[in-house]
Amino acid sequence: MTEATTVPTAPGAKPTLFQRLPIVSHVRRSVGVQRGMLVAGLIISSVFLIAALFAPLIAPYGFAQSRDENGIFGKQLPPSPEHLWGTTVGGFDVLSRVIWGTQTAISVVVIAVVLSIFIGVVLGLISGYLGGWLDRILIVIADAIYPFPTLLLAIVMSIVISGGRSSLWSGIFSAAISITVVFIPQYFRVVRAEAIRLKAEAFVESARVVGSSTGRIMFTHVLRNSTRTLPLILTLNASEAILTLAGLGFLGFGIAPTSAAEWGYDLNRALSDAASGIWWTGLYPGAAIVLLVLGLTLVGESVNDISDPKLRTRKRLRKVAA
Amino acid sequence: MSLLQEGEAPTNPPEKSAARGSSGGIGLSRYILIRFALIVPTVFILVSLVFFLMRVVGDPISASVGDRLTAAQLAERLAAAGYDRPIFVQYVEYLGQLLRGDFGRTLTDNRPISEVLFTYGGATLELVFYALIVAFVVGIPLGMIAAYYKDRSADAVLRIFAILSYATPVFFAGLLLKLTLSVWLGWLPLGGRASTRVQLALSRIDDPTGIYLIDALRSGNPVIIGDVLMHAIMPALALGLLTAGVFLRLVRTNVIATLSNDYVDAARSRGVSEFRLVRKHAYKPALIPIVTVIGLQIALLLGGAVLTETTFEWRGLGFQLAQYLGARDFVAVQGIVALLAVIVALTNFIVDVIAALIDPRVRY
Repeated sequence: MTEATTVPTAPGAKPTLFQRLPIVSHVRRSVGVQRGMLVAGLIISSVFLIAALFAPLIAPYGFAQSRDENGIFGKQLPPSPEHLWGTTVGGFDVLSRVIWGTQTAISVVVIAVVLSIFIGVVLGLISGYLGGWLDRILIVIADAIYPFPTLLLAIVMSIVISGGRSSLWSGIFSAAISITVVFIPQYFRVVRAEAIRLKAEAFVESARVVGSSTGRIMFTHVLRNSTRTLPLILTLNASEAILTLAGLGFLGFGIAPTSAAEWGYDLNRALSDAASGIWWTGLYPGAAIVLLVLGLTLVGESVNDISDPKLRTRKRLRKVAA
Repeated sequence: MSLLQEGEAPTNPPEKSAARGSSGGIGLSRYILIRFALIVPTVFILVSLVFFLMRVVGDPISASVGDRLTAAQLAERLAAAGYDRPIFVQYVEYLGQLLRGDFGRTLTDNRPISEVLFTYGGATLELVFYALIVAFVVGIPLGMIAAYYKDRSADAVLRIFAILSYATPVFFAGLLLKLTLSVWLGWLPLGGRASTRVQLALSRIDDPTGIYLIDALRSGNPVIIGDVLMHAIMPALALGLLTAGVFLRLVRTNVIATLSNDYVDAARSRGVSEFRLVRKHAYKPALIPIVTVIGLQIALLLGGAVLTETTFEWRGLGFQLAQYLGARDFVAVQGIVALLAVIVALTNFIVDVIAALIDPRVRY
């Protein structure tokens, strides 16, 4: 296995598109259960990606559409040929809101992951490579944030950013930034640890000897070699971002229902429906969350298992030594 | 917490910390002292962060009732609450209040935050306790089974269960439980901590703890105990299964890692059966890293408790937090969040001390 396959070309981008080659190679290298899990994850994730990209074409109605040429849809209608998955308590089409919700979820995830990788990696590099007082302050802050419940932090951030209410893009951005703040410490820690380790390596030393500038050493030599574990954190964070977004929406801190479709909010509204046995308003958005998170996690996990034989190799070495 | 940290837990190299321990040789009491001192900066940073972040948006009074007051009224309210002073003065005052254990008063119903904690904290504690039981009972045996059948179909099924339990938001799991167990089968009540009559009976007990299970047991009335337990099943399952998946993965990776140790090989070469290896030899050492990770799970549980309580109208701290959020009472939100920061820091401290008691290598 070569190092090149695990280094992401564009960190934070949608894994299925930008990292096609590495993933194809992962599929080829995998066997048995692992291959099954990876392929299943890839298929699920791509279905959601397609739904997000072509939402206007696929969705039968708009996400805030409650009437068409035949009049008002009606509220809490059970699934029928006109509304395959029924309508919500607000009189919206469930199927359409689930499809449009894919777009919201994926936009938030992409923005959140790109931002947090960018900030986290830069901070981690600076902190780890340069060290000093800045490093000490950053690590103390990161350590303080780290054990704190992500959802609570995201709530505080969303109050800060949008005062808790927001329209489409400001809502997507504030949700994304709320999630970003939670994730930055994770990237920060990983990259910082790697940067500290690499700082002492011979190739960094020799780069310094030939007169490379600090910035060049940091962003070419150290950065390239410290991003090995990022694809894994990326997929795991992507799935956590979806859960956090849904949690925010469920508590009423997401995006206003008329400016975008959001699964968590729909589930909140579906809660009271459940008491009267109305299952279709909650089941579909919930299943969408579970499936998307499942797909992303399956991809992340199997890619990690396949491309990171670190643990296994080390064990074998220890046995030999013994 | 993300799944990554759980996966990384077992890679904590024992050789390294052992070497450090033998060279440093700090006693347990000193470790506890140092670890306790570390709580202070953690809590201080979190509280300060939350304070400044929440004030960046403006003062809480304009946020909650600003659009209903005239400019003069608003200014009067602001002056009365002291929000017109420089932010740094307010910050120092806030820190002083915190030191005295005063987390402020809610805006909407003007109650001290510490009173909110005492009224509703018991309920959250009870929920977290139930959830931990479910997580242990389900997660640990299943993790051992998965490790035993590593890379076979039973392992794959269990791992998918673990991922599914992570992928399912608590409120969706709650919704499904409500639909099936409560609405369709009619076995369990829809929500709340107890039915109205039982709640009334429990409030009449002298010196109620607020933890219904304890109060119910003290009442000795089987009807009351049954009612309280019936109400607890669905919230406990929803929150507990979420954590069970985490435990399953942890136990699995740790048991597999310990199974590759030399002493296990030695036992295997003496003809000890594979099942016994998992059950007797690999199980206990594999549990040690789990203790440390439980600390991180407390954060996950508390976050999950906010959602679970909202789903099941379980009137605990999380439910109350959601109510204050809805009412845009950001003083209350800030107070509860600061309080939870203290709780998280304290539990992490306790967990670390327990880990140090079990495993001497931790005390470096």
